[in-house]
Amino acid sequence: MSAANQNQPGVSVVVRGLCKSFRDQVVLTDVAFSVNPGEIFVIMGPSGSGKSVLLKHLIGLEAPDAGEILINGEPVASPEVAEKYRMALVFQSGALLNSLTVGENVGLYLTEHRLKPPAEIERIVVEKLADVGLKDVVDKMPSDLSGGMKKRAAIARALVIEPHLILYDEPTSELDPLSSVVIGEEILDLNRRIGVTSLVVSHDRDLAFGIADRIAVIVEGRIVTIGTPQEVKNFSNPLVQNFLHADFKREPKIEVL
Amino acid sequence: MFESIGEVVLVFWRTLLALPHAWRQRQKIFEQFFEIGNASLLMVCVLSFFIGAVIALQTGPVLAERSLSSAIGGVVGIAIAKELAPVMMAILIAGRIGSAMAAELGSMRVYQEIDALRTMNINPIHYLVLPRMLAMVAALPMLVIFAILVGWFGGAVVADLNQRMEIPMHAFFSDLKDVVVIKDVANGVFKSFCFALIIGSVSCHQGLTTIGGPRGIGRSVTKAVVNSIVGIVIFDYLLTRLLLP
Repeated sequence: MSAANQNQPGVSVVVRGLCKSFRDQVVLTDVAFSVNPGEIFVIMGPSGSGKSVLLKHLIGLEAPDAGEILINGEPVASPEVAEKYRMALVFQSGALLNSLTVGENVGLYLTEHRLKPPAEIERIVVEKLADVGLKDVVDKMPSDLSGGMKKRAAIARALVIEPHLILYDEPTSELDPLSSVVIGEEILDLNRRIGVTSLVVSHDRDLAFGIADRIAVIVEGRIVTIGTPQEVKNFSNPLVQNFLHADFKREPKIEVL
Repeated sequence: MFESIGEVVLVFWRTLLALPHAWRQRQKIFEQFFEIGNASLLMVCVLSFFIGAVIALQTGPVLAERSLSSAIGGVVGIAIAKELAPVMMAILIAGRIGSAMAAELGSMRVYQEIDALRTMNINPIHYLVLPRMLAMVAALPMLVIFAILVGWFGGAVVADLNQRMEIPMHAFFSDLKDVVVIKDVANGVFKSFCFALIIGSVSCHQGLTTIGGPRGIGRSVTKAVVNSIVGIVIFDYLLTRLLLP
């Protein structure tokens, strides 16, 4: 597990028997896992395997058909959890509000809940944006940012909440390899600095094996295996091995003389 | 259909419950109010002038043939104040502003901005719906008062210039003053207040329940405008019946 400082300890997450269907389509079947406080836990699997739906359940945007989700032992749907523990979700698209500047987006939580005076919010916004390597973007609109910058701004917005649990939905999708590495390093760095529990959903194998303390592989709405990166690599299930080793197989050209 | 009506009522009810938060959203209310007024004022002016003009043109010669030309001011005044200004302005605003509201909220829903608000414990009804609804409720009655005045003026101009009527402006307004009482204008303004609630609730509901991509947004916009107009016409009858002396 990554070294975490004790200023803002992360929370534990326990998922038991989670099931979800949309009409006739079964999306999640008996999903169960647990995440330790301060851990980076990656859920990986192919597209359409139910990863993002699982993430929405974890933050309370979806209600399960069956099963339970516990945050530090308390059901995620209970009002006490919302009061006691702060949770943030970094959306796949960033989901910055297009009508607000980047600075207003990042400071939105503090502004709307009136947690700090405006000058203090401005200072925090600049600080959090700097933490994710963004400078001079406070007054820009989200449409002026590149995909990677939007994701980093979304991470800054999540950081402003000072979360105990931070969820990342496909943080490296649509990014070039260099930007993906930068985002991966940000996730690691944040985990080390503030000790937040990080739950990352991704189909990016490099990211998962690069940052995870533990990995769960989900296929067709079921968790197939959970373990350290090395344990998952050695897991012999063909579904997992197919996913981990999928690659192009280009036949060499036959020269016709 | 009944499910949708229930959801619209729920949006309206939740917005009512959010009223104590209105002061906190005053900046956004003002922005929306400015948006509605600024975007619609010129169109309201043109539309209401010609509505007044056409009512004078349609009724004036018929009344003049029966030696009732002095009653034109009253007829135009009542028709515009009680019926045409509130209904036509509500339809205009449903088309211009209701569609924009549905499109904006719909795109926020599709691109997960509303989910992002929820994850930050920000209630979309407080943050998005309440300012739009209050701005609509404040702006539409004001636009209707403006439309009534411009419509009367349009009717007076046509009554004065048209050779089949030739009612001088002072005579037109004198008759209008005799027939139209403040309660008639208040009726029209009250109707517009109710129409504003309908447009706001229907448009915001359509936006918040948008599913799919750009096609879903387009569908929501169409539904917002059509459903608002249907609601306006139905409630126009009910309110007219209710307000009959």
